[in-house]
Amino acid sequence: MATVISNERLADGVYHLRVEGDYGGAMGQFYMLRAWGAFPLLSRPLSIHQVNDDGVEFLYHVVGEGTKILAELEPGDSLELEGPFGSGFPAVDGKVALVGGGIGIAPLYYCAQELPGSDIYLGFSREAFRTEAFRPLAAELTVNVGGLVLDSVDFSSYDHIFVCGPHPMLKAAQLKGRAAQAAGKGPKVYLSLENRMACGIGACLVCSVSCRDGQRKACADGPVFLADEVIFHD
Amino acid sequence: MINMTANIAGVHFKNPIIMASGTFGFGREYSKLYDVSLLGGISGKGLTLNPKAGNPGVRVYETASGMLNSVGLENPGVEAFIVKELPYWETLDTARLVNLGGNTLPDYVLGAELIQRDADARSAAGKPAVDMIELNISCPNVKEGGIAFGVKTPAAQEVVRAVRAATKLPLAVKLSPNAEDIAEMAEMCQEEGADAISLINTISGMKIDVRRRRSVFNNLYAGLSGPAIKPVALRMVHQVAKRVSIPVIGMGGITSATDIIEFIMAGATVIQVGTYNFMNLRAGSTLVEELQEFMIEENISSLEEIRGII
Repeated sequence: MATVISNERLADGVYHLRVEGDYGGAMGQFYMLRAWGAFPLLSRPLSIHQVNDDGVEFLYHVVGEGTKILAELEPGDSLELEGPFGSGFPAVDGKVALVGGGIGIAPLYYCAQELPGSDIYLGFSREAFRTEAFRPLAAELTVNVGGLVLDSVDFSSYDHIFVCGPHPMLKAAQLKGRAAQAAGKGPKVYLSLENRMACGIGACLVCSVSCRDGQRKACADGPVFLADEVIFHD
Repeated sequence: MINMTANIAGVHFKNPIIMASGTFGFGREYSKLYDVSLLGGISGKGLTLNPKAGNPGVRVYETASGMLNSVGLENPGVEAFIVKELPYWETLDTARLVNLGGNTLPDYVLGAELIQRDADARSAAGKPAVDMIELNISCPNVKEGGIAFGVKTPAAQEVVRAVRAATKLPLAVKLSPNAEDIAEMAEMCQEEGADAISLINTISGMKIDVRRRRSVFNNLYAGLSGPAIKPVALRMVHQVAKRVSIPVIGMGGITSATDIIEFIMAGATVIQVGTYNFMNLRAGSTLVEELQEFMIEENISSLEEIRGII
């Protein structure tokens, strides 16, 4: 059992949860969280926002029953954590852009700490949150509210681009990466997928991802994939 | 001393807890969390003769006390299983059940033949092999075969007879709760030479996204599992155990030692744990420990004492 240090509301439906304990994990990995008994049935996968000496932190958006319960947690409350799971973003050299959309900014904060000097692009549909925490970590910080933050990213000027956000954004990032590669510039674009999961460890095949070399698991082979490997069906 | 062991057609189970097909992979993933050899058995991810990519679209949806899934039997195929997974299974000290599905009758037969051939080779080499085939005629999430075989007794009879002829391995037949007459179906399996009956598979269900005005699943329907289906599963295990003389492997919504005891009292010889593996990634080790404690508390020295007492 883990203990809540704080659970701060940042914006409409967006919370920042800090959990006490000795937790590890790499950029882009996630934990399965559970703060209830039998129902809802499934634990909730949340990517690591930050790991430090105090514990581990998460940024989440209330979308259903599970995250609603998480939002009610108060300092001192208990919850269960299993993890870290998954294969996260690679440690890279060169010029890096971190691009997040909405709650997709969650795993990028840890990336920003691990890869100082990255350019950071944060996009929000209605209300920005947590942007000031990113500012000291960024070579340049771009914040966009209500538009398409990807439009601000010059794909040809980076060696590596990490993207996490809604499905259409990931698909658009894949296309932009391909276009830059076709023009002779070759950024490696990595996408963090946010698929539904049941087990989180690779047993249930609920989070299956169609890839060029066959079916892969978002939870165990990902959630981070090279953009070119993923086949988007819609 | 508590005796939790069980035996089905010569296959020894150190305890009655088997991890259900589709919820446990081939055991590797959970082995990172606890020693899976403490389990009574593992029923591996459902296999078909050829690899299957499974269903597109949403594959899971939570419901009140349950879960709908539409994974659609994504699996590597029988041959890849034999090459890649069986060597790992050899290292485990637990009963090994292969769950075999199919789209057509020849698929089932060829799959069973491949498994039998491999088991023969392993036995000849003195190596552990597959202990039992669990014939899946009840997957609701594949369009051809699967459930079509599992609902009508004559169709099921044809598959069970053909597979029985194709393998000498102990054979359990996994039945669908959607069968027209579950007890009649079980009796037929016994007559055709099945060594055990596994039940129940998921119950066909549905979830509609009212804003998008469509089912959340591409296949329209999906399989309901979890605590929501336990009363139905228990009733069916009870009905079938009263009708057949072969062992019953009971499953459906088990999440505690008392749930296990209920199934044993209803007549099950061993049980399987499915959805609970997702609720508690250490379900296997939790339940083995809880069952032992419960039996001590209730002064039950052997599962034989309570089996089928209702």
